[in-house]
Amino acid sequence: MSSICLYFQAHQPIRIKKYRVFDVGQDHKYFNDSSDTNLNNKKIIQKVAAKSYLPANELLLRLLGKYKEFKVSYSFSGVFLEQLEEYLPELLVSFQKLVKTKRVEILSETYYHSLAFFYSRSEFESQVDLHKKKIKEVFGITPQVFRNTELAYTNELAQWADKKGYKAILAEGWDPILGWRSPNYVYKPTGTKKIKLLLKNYKLSDDVAFRFSEKSWSQWPLTADKFAQWVNAINGNGQVVNLFMDYETFGEHQWAENGIFNFLESLPGELLKHPDNDFITPREAAERYPAMDEIDVPYIVTWADTERDLSAWMGNAIQSSAIKFIYDLEGEVLKTEDKDLISDWRKLQISDHFYYMCTKWFADGDVHKYFNPYESPYDAFISFMNAANDLKLRVNQISIDKSKAN
Amino acid sequence: MLGWELPPYNSGGLGEACFGLAKALSRKGVRITFVLPKKLNLKVDFMDLVFADVDEITKLYPVYTTGYSWRKFVSFDSLPPDFVHGALKFAEKVEKLAEKYHSDIVHAHDWMTYPAGIAAKEVLSKPLVAHVHSTEFDRTGGHYPNQTVYRIEREGLEKADAVLPVGGFMKQVLIDKYHVEPSKIRVVYNGIDEPEKSELAPALSAFKDLGYKIVLYLGRITLQKGPEYFVRAAKKVLQYNPKVIFVVTGSGDMQDFMLYEAANLGIINKFIFTGFLRGDERDRVYQSADIYVMPSVSEPFGITALEAISNHTPVLVSKQSGVSEILQHALKADFWDIDEMANKILAVLSYNALSSDLRHESSKEIRNFSWARSADSVLDVYRHLI
Repeated sequence: MSSICLYFQAHQPIRIKKYRVFDVGQDHKYFNDSSDTNLNNKKIIQKVAAKSYLPANELLLRLLGKYKEFKVSYSFSGVFLEQLEEYLPELLVSFQKLVKTKRVEILSETYYHSLAFFYSRSEFESQVDLHKKKIKEVFGITPQVFRNTELAYTNELAQWADKKGYKAILAEGWDPILGWRSPNYVYKPTGTKKIKLLLKNYKLSDDVAFRFSEKSWSQWPLTADKFAQWVNAINGNGQVVNLFMDYETFGEHQWAENGIFNFLESLPGELLKHPDNDFITPREAAERYPAMDEIDVPYIVTWADTERDLSAWMGNAIQSSAIKFIYDLEGEVLKTEDKDLISDWRKLQISDHFYYMCTKWFADGDVHKYFNPYESPYDAFISFMNAANDLKLRVNQISIDKSKAN
Repeated sequence: MLGWELPPYNSGGLGEACFGLAKALSRKGVRITFVLPKKLNLKVDFMDLVFADVDEITKLYPVYTTGYSWRKFVSFDSLPPDFVHGALKFAEKVEKLAEKYHSDIVHAHDWMTYPAGIAAKEVLSKPLVAHVHSTEFDRTGGHYPNQTVYRIEREGLEKADAVLPVGGFMKQVLIDKYHVEPSKIRVVYNGIDEPEKSELAPALSAFKDLGYKIVLYLGRITLQKGPEYFVRAAKKVLQYNPKVIFVVTGSGDMQDFMLYEAANLGIINKFIFTGFLRGDERDRVYQSADIYVMPSVSEPFGITALEAISNHTPVLVSKQSGVSEILQHALKADFWDIDEMANKILAVLSYNALSSDLRHESSKEIRNFSWARSADSVLDVYRHLI
């Protein structure tokens, strides 16, 4: 029996505009770029929606209608949903339609797609709660499976999720943590009681997410039929095949011209040809399959880059100083109880800001450059720090005003 | 190879570039005869030097030139009419000399040697490579280029079998302003010999001890280098951070303008003019700076940016420079964008992490920019021509 678990990550950051030192103390709107550049959040999300989200949703809705066995899962960042409400209500409606089929599961994550778990446990929990509320409000359901930003995972995170009552948690099926074991089983994280661990089958996932259009790849062109055969080969040697990827794989990272939608359209049919295959959501996988073994992850493992670590977010001095600056403000910011200020502070925690400051060009540079709306990582840092300094001034001003009022 | 100057008798980057490239080529097995217009007291062991003005068999009348007068002679700032005559006379001499030397390629550096290059090409019936370190358009910032010089440049570039600009920015100038056939252009970026300078005794420590930050301008003070943008950016920087000193190293025809401008803006007390420096003195100034700024209006390459990095100093370079095309770990701005320049200068001065990452990453990066790499590109061009 092979159960195929498809999970798509949908996220768009709220990018900081070109914010100069002269703007500090003058302009408190950090995210309202309206230029023609890739810092214009509205422009980007509309572009990606047209190329990817809207056609992919339409196709998946059709596939859910056609195949009663078909199931998919999503994780939406809160800032993604927020932007849909503002710029693309029709896309939000289309996601709601998908969820109404009851064969679409939604996962839990941090509202701000942040790395807060590693910097402030209380802030992390606040953001998970905010996300829960948002999902309830938009889709009327409460997620039961947790995934952290960039699939950044450790034993400690699993232990936290276990205590919070989550049924499962997701991580990268990275060889060093698996050893001889296969990612195609359900596991138990070290130090937990009930929670299950689902591991991404990165080879099969990346065949679609990264290699699909790669003409120099020996398996190009990838057809649904060929892919289904690879999945079938796991039969008898695994129970669940976790295909985790960015939702933008469909139409944005891999283009329609290269046949990615045709591939997706044929995939359920091809997979269901084999009588032992079926589709499953992460929660169902945790309920159906027993934990085969315990997986110990004492250090952070992510789904990013060849290193599978967080070095693309916190690997250099500008990144660590920017992250430290923002988390050092936590106490003072929360004390203000100023809604807008707190929201801006949290938006500055969106992990993408730090990713744009990555100077690790050489191995994964191409990917980083592709996703970077700034001219250089240094430009990203400068705008971020200037905005963060403005935020700090606002915090100080509010504290002064408050003490005067008392 | 036909050149106009070699270090230490150089007025700027041209001599350094010829020397660096010739040395790297000779290491790769190219035998070079380097022809200079005037006798210079040089000791070079990797190539043969020939001086066109003297009878090189008897060497009866060695011409002694001091660094200063040589600099005056080859100065780009104002062009004495006999400078053009110099170029033509050089051609006459080379025409006579050329037969004596066997050569497979004639490689000429900048317009002063192009007439000589054409002469040698004709006498020897060998391909001509025109190396372009700067053009009349760069030197004048596009304002009233000297028509005679422009004509000499155009003719040289037209007759050349291959044209080697030192950056992509200049390649575009050659196509747009000189109508050079794009297919015969090959960009050859300059290199640097010593990518990591050792730490020297600190300069300007009195200011640093008082908590001042140092912003450096280093280069000729001419229109092409954008000194006025530097002064205006300085004004903006000082409005936000008064504890900054602006150091200007170099000389040129806009030095007085720079002084007056700084005085007019009321910031002359924050400026230090050191004059032209070389060697350790120059490196010490680089090392003392918190940031090196190269605001060039038009900069074919911009070797000073690499020099600054080799001295572990973060750099801000104008986007109108060849070096900005190859440097990833540098700050960049359009030369006219005073605000952006000031924004970036202020960021480096206030955020230590930024300056430390720039230092760290750029010093790793410039290890790849060796003259050997440039020589490989040139060899490739040679192979196609022979």
